[in-house]
Amino acid sequence: MQSETKAHVENLTSPAGHAVSVLRFEGDIASTSKDAVLGTYQALPKETAKIVLLDFTKVDYINSSGIALVIQMMIEAANSGQKVFAFGLSAHFTKVFTMVGITRYAGLFPTQGEALAAL
Amino acid sequence: MSEFKTANVEVRMPSRMGFEKVAMSTASSVAKLMGFRDERIEDLKTAVAEACINAIEHGNRLNEKLSVGVVLSASADSLEVKVIDDGKGLKNPPGKVIKPDIDRKMHGEEDPRGMGMFLMQALVDEAEWVAGSEGKSSYVRLVIRLDKDAE
Repeated sequence: MQSETKAHVENLTSPAGHAVSVLRFEGDIASTSKDAVLGTYQALPKETAKIVLLDFTKVDYINSSGIALVIQMMIEAANSGQKVFAFGLSAHFTKVFTMVGITRYAGLFPTQGEALAAL
Repeated sequence: MSEFKTANVEVRMPSRMGFEKVAMSTASSVAKLMGFRDERIEDLKTAVAEACINAIEHGNRLNEKLSVGVVLSASADSLEVKVIDDGKGLKNPPGKVIKPDIDRKMHGEEDPRGMGMFLMQALVDEAEWVAGSEGKSSYVRLVIRLDKDAE
């Protein structure tokens, strides 16, 4: 029933010249998404991937278990000296992420262009 | 839209993760027929999903032989959704659910999970947890009201 979570990484450079690892998600983000969310993040090289940008453009459904996985990733990133940002969330999930406090630790942007311009 | 007549819709689904989306889409369809704004429908969908996930995971403990019931009761000015499971329900149903503390979560002092009840209560007008008699048929009752000026 739940649509499988797909994830892949794209390495970009921001206009300011910073290396940015973009994690692009597709499908649902729920309790079954551990490998796609945490596994994909954990495969990033910690020495070079200092800025992690999460792309939710192709994600339609995120539940509280999925949000918990994002928070687990943010905890690991904070402990590794990485910064996490995100873009592409719907207005509703932007509200939900704000309600649970994620925006205190991860900047949210409407689009990839706006995110990269700010990094 | 003309005055909405009362209507009841019931769904039964297996206690299997993912089936909460059936309840979400049913609630969304009923709310749309009643004239709720898209923003409110998204709030309702998330609250219903979280209620179903709790019923599947905690109420019925992922036992697929048990089903989760979703009863939607639409009136002229509100939509009530009851999500019923075969669990014992909460011993001490909360009046007000405490907001998750992101600082404590980030510092490993609080489980990253445990946001479902908060989201339910924050996204709808009423959220009530009712323990069933004889240790089963517990339910969560969610209500959203039509704001006739805004909808």
